[in-house]
Amino acid sequence: MTHHHATIPSRPSLARRQFIKGATALASAPFWRDAAARTPPARSPDLSRFFTSDEFHFVESASECILPHDENGPGAQELGVAGFIDQQMQTPYGHGELWYRKPPFVSGPPELGYQLPYTPRQLYRNGIYSLTQQCLRHYHAPFHQLPQDTQQLVLSHLETGALTLEDIPGPTFFEQLRNNTLEGAFSDPIYGGNRDMKGWIMMGFPGARADFMDWINQNGAPYPFGPVSISPSLSMTIRE
Amino acid sequence: MAKELTEAGLSVTILERGEDRHTAETGAYPNSIDELRGSVRKRLFQKLSRNSLTIRNRIDQTALPYRQLAAFLPGEGVGGAGLHWSGCHFRVMPDDLRLRSATIERYGKKFIPDDMTLQDFDVTYDELEPFFDKAEKIFGTSGEAHMVQGKPTGKGNIFAPNRSSPFPLPPMEDTFSAAQFRAATQELGYHPYSMPAANASRPYTNPYGCQMGPCNFCGYCSGYDCFLYSKASPNINILPALRRDPGFTLVTQAQVLRITLDQSKKRATGAVYVDLNDHHEKTISADLVILGAFQLYNVHLMLLSGIGTPYDPHTNTGTIGRNFFYQTITTSRFWLPKNRHTNQFVGAGGAGVAIDDFNQPDFDRGPHGFIGGSPLWVNQAGVKPIAAASAGGGKDRPRWGAQYKSDMIETYKHSLNIDAHGSNMTYRDVYLDLDPTWTNAYDQPLLRMTFTWKDNDVRMNRYVVDQLKPIARAMGATRTELNMLDYNQPFDSRLYQTTHLGGGAIMGSNPRTSALNRYLQSWDVPNVFVIGANAFPHGLGYNPTGLLAALAYWSAHHIRTTYLTSPGPLVPS
Repeated sequence: MTHHHATIPSRPSLARRQFIKGATALASAPFWRDAAARTPPARSPDLSRFFTSDEFHFVESASECILPHDENGPGAQELGVAGFIDQQMQTPYGHGELWYRKPPFVSGPPELGYQLPYTPRQLYRNGIYSLTQQCLRHYHAPFHQLPQDTQQLVLSHLETGALTLEDIPGPTFFEQLRNNTLEGAFSDPIYGGNRDMKGWIMMGFPGARADFMDWINQNGAPYPFGPVSISPSLSMTIRE
Repeated sequence: MAKELTEAGLSVTILERGEDRHTAETGAYPNSIDELRGSVRKRLFQKLSRNSLTIRNRIDQTALPYRQLAAFLPGEGVGGAGLHWSGCHFRVMPDDLRLRSATIERYGKKFIPDDMTLQDFDVTYDELEPFFDKAEKIFGTSGEAHMVQGKPTGKGNIFAPNRSSPFPLPPMEDTFSAAQFRAATQELGYHPYSMPAANASRPYTNPYGCQMGPCNFCGYCSGYDCFLYSKASPNINILPALRRDPGFTLVTQAQVLRITLDQSKKRATGAVYVDLNDHHEKTISADLVILGAFQLYNVHLMLLSGIGTPYDPHTNTGTIGRNFFYQTITTSRFWLPKNRHTNQFVGAGGAGVAIDDFNQPDFDRGPHGFIGGSPLWVNQAGVKPIAAASAGGGKDRPRWGAQYKSDMIETYKHSLNIDAHGSNMTYRDVYLDLDPTWTNAYDQPLLRMTFTWKDNDVRMNRYVVDQLKPIARAMGATRTELNMLDYNQPFDSRLYQTTHLGGGAIMGSNPRTSALNRYLQSWDVPNVFVIGANAFPHGLGYNPTGLLAALAYWSAHHIRTTYLTSPGPLVPS
């Protein structure tokens, strides 16, 4: 690969696990707070390592439109989705290493799948830039400062393809954002989203319990136990 | 196959492109049951960055690369697709293996569409029965026999053929969802049965001495390595015994580039592979070469190596790439009242309740005008939250926002899936060949897939899915979403359907229309045997693994008993 980047392990390292325990003992601080020390000043003050501060604000507000806070429970912002996506951008996935990326890049019918040369990092960087320019032109404010109904209108224009971000079709960008938002809301909290497992609690998913011998058929009764994380220390946070 | 050949005293080397995988390490709880790393980031699946394929719907299109895994998910690493499969472990119905002959006998030759290249397997159920039996005993399969040695048991699938022995383990229990389907289909006069599952319903030790633990319905079969040692895989059921055999060598990170042939092109001499540790090309010599690279890559390797003649749809000549097919599968959804929780995270990959009333041979296709059929089943395999959130509240419902969120949560808590898992026939212009433009990381042409849905299979799917309406009513569904193919709808590579790809290097009786003889031996290079669903001449209503395992043991038996004593073609060409 041409990228030179620090690969972060897909599991928290031992040092990070120790930190999680420490953080839990001190306060219920999110465990990615340690990123702050290494974050360049131009970035969001305490969260972001890939996204700039403005990009982070976009991801935070757009993901909240996709999964808003409501009577069912928390939305994307409370679940830490933007921080999750930021971390994912620093994995091999973010760098496009899971995809076949050899040229030539030729467009074709949608059924034949994604054909752009961009990695997820590039999709976000280029897509947010273009969207911001268009929001400034039409609404004189960046996306995250728009009223919620205008934000929803912009996203629906992306979803339907009425809005294009330079050479990125609106639906391509929208689906990338939607997929990553849902991943951040409902993956194990070891990845920085689904904070306090509140995404799983909302859905009634018991997490890493993985033992349903007694629950194969209980005549339609709801499963009674709350979730656990892959990381014992993150499960501890909930029990407190 | 490697186990069979080491038992025969041969020195066997496996070349595997991916990593080694042991359940106790890479498959251990809890890290193995991580949805993001597993099914979302494709931990056990093929690394497309090194090798992929191109896809088009029609012969007049430019095929484009499959850049992101979606519609189908080939495996990578020791165990391959046999590690991440679900465990649906079927036999076949006898007429499935002679579908062309059976169709002509009952409906006449004109019933077969002109462009359908339907042909028989050239092996019978009775010939394969001992090998179905052997595979079930190796896999520790759970199920309910209908007829054993000619005696009906009064249970099981009334359409299932005779067996020499019962399943090694009793059937898996019904989940709540599956139990609802069983009751409803029973009430309507259909014939529900417990799906045969290579998920162990009890502790089990197989004939190789490999041990399995009982399945606890954790829900992590499909796309995962079973931490409980309950789902059959090469890693759990064969390799623990094979790895101890001094005649066996496993080389991982070895990407085979081609099979080498001698000057006559009639004899394989070994293989060239890239050692991914040092990126050097290496060669290995062999007297006997078994291709077991998964359906797609068996065909790819034959094309890259010059084994046999590539299929040409214009002239209808050649055999390599011919009769490629997929699985005509659509998934429908029923919502139950809010006081009934389907707990969709509970599940086992092979467990469920099915009906074969629209798959069995006596079902009269005449009035409906299609060849093939489809079981219907509730196979609750364990739905994880990212997958559930992506699917949302069903089609025609909002895909984001507050209404989406409520719909999605209700759907996860109170709905269930029903699959129409139908056969897919083969056609003159549906095939595999080499792509003219795109290459893999080793500068070899990618495989090119030309595939779309055809009217026969769409008609079959629409008819069978339509039969779900009364079943939904009998189940007390409050909302029903029937999903069926539309006529002229192109195959969509962006949507996960199934990894049941087949054909492309098929078995048969005629070297002009098949790549392999009935023992899976190449007609062209007789010291090459090709093991995989590539050997099926057309698709089945059932999952392919049961038949491909039986064919592997059938082939191994004939290599051991005949080929090794007298190497050469097992069938004169």
